[in-house]
Amino acid sequence: MSTFVSPTTLDEVLVALSRGARPVAGGTDLVVGARQGKAPLPVDLVAIHRLDSLKILTTGRDGVRLGGLVTHEDIVANDVIRLSYTALADASAIVGSQATRAQGTIGGNVMNASPAMDTGGPLLCLGARVVLKSSGRTRSVSLDELFVSPGHTIARPDELLVAIDIPPVVDGTGSCYARLEYRRQMEIAVVGATAVCTIVDGVVTSARVAMTALAPTIQRVPSAEALLVGQPANRSSADAAAAAFAHATKPISDVRASAEYRRAMAVVIARRAIEGAFARASGSDVPIPASSALQGAR
Amino acid sequence: MKVDANLNVNEIMYPIEIDPHTTLLRAVRDEIGLSGTKEGCDDSECGACMMLLDGKPVNSCSYLALQAEHRLVTTVEGLADGDTLSPLQQAFLTAGGVQCGFCTPGMLISATSFLATHRSPSEDDVRIALSGNLCRCTGYDGIVRAVLGVAGLVTSGLQP
Repeated sequence: MSTFVSPTTLDEVLVALSRGARPVAGGTDLVVGARQGKAPLPVDLVAIHRLDSLKILTTGRDGVRLGGLVTHEDIVANDVIRLSYTALADASAIVGSQATRAQGTIGGNVMNASPAMDTGGPLLCLGARVVLKSSGRTRSVSLDELFVSPGHTIARPDELLVAIDIPPVVDGTGSCYARLEYRRQMEIAVVGATAVCTIVDGVVTSARVAMTALAPTIQRVPSAEALLVGQPANRSSADAAAAAFAHATKPISDVRASAEYRRAMAVVIARRAIEGAFARASGSDVPIPASSALQGAR
Repeated sequence: MKVDANLNVNEIMYPIEIDPHTTLLRAVRDEIGLSGTKEGCDDSECGACMMLLDGKPVNSCSYLALQAEHRLVTTVEGLADGDTLSPLQQAFLTAGGVQCGFCTPGMLISATSFLATHRSPSEDDVRIALSGNLCRCTGYDGIVRAVLGVAGLVTSGLQP
């Protein structure tokens, strides 16, 4: 016998989770996943879409806080995110379709833990931490530690992602998320790359790079980052880092691409992301989403 | 076990009894009896099942009906004002935006939502906005022309 509750307070939701119910927010992964046979719909559901306190997006000197129910549409529409956390806007702008972005939440996207999720790389490179809450306990976990394997995080079943905190971005920083896609909407990353770079007097002083859909989890690529820091922000350093990026990938072959093709394209996509971050760090306008804007780039 | 639910569809309250796993699409078509909304892929890919939830598009095949309680659901049946078609519906007829008609309810809902927030879109904007709605007749040109034709004269009558 299945049950369904849709409380209006967080406490009630956390109690339901502690009794074994599973959360549903926008439903864009959960219900579709059930239909595709990935996992049946949980018997006991707790809908969290009525928790208004989780729909708040705040920006300020301390950085950005995204409530767990903030939608992709909310993220793309936010001027501070577009200006300073641009890679995240790139990602949210290309998730699913208009309907997916209107209903799909950032909390659901992250906790679904797909290695191909668009927002994971930007959040990871921007230094995000997630706030996990259960009855009686709250903890903050770095995105570096959150993902375990495809579809799995370190969160316990009774924990709910209530917010994502992203620290302030220092001046001179540009960020970019690019992906290889076969169509313009309802697409999943075939290959994705994020770069967040700080440039001072033409030299890269800080670089974070992450791979998407190229390993069992979204992950940073330290070898590519090391080839950027201290180097001039130009095509040559981007090329070197992109080559290291591709070398570090562990792609699979599946219905969307062979491992060989993914590795070959990783060079191209990583270079687009890095050069996009360079351009934005220098104040050049690269339209959002970068993925479309950079198509046709070398 | 079935549970009681009340859905506000096109500003009419419908008391229904459904299994908690019932999707919004099935509840509206099978329990309420409004069959304008179509089931295409049943996988959130094609947009034929699109409805508005508090004015925002949702693929109703992938949304639990119980989550639509306490909210306003708008289906294609709710776009016209009595026998008077909305400007967008009229534009679809005028521009030849309807072929077999299966994608039309989703296209109309999707475009209604898009036009509510985009006053003067480019053709590219329209094509991107509607790319979550597949037309297997490939009759996109007429659809895009219809949306662009209305974009210049959006009236409050278009608002959900």
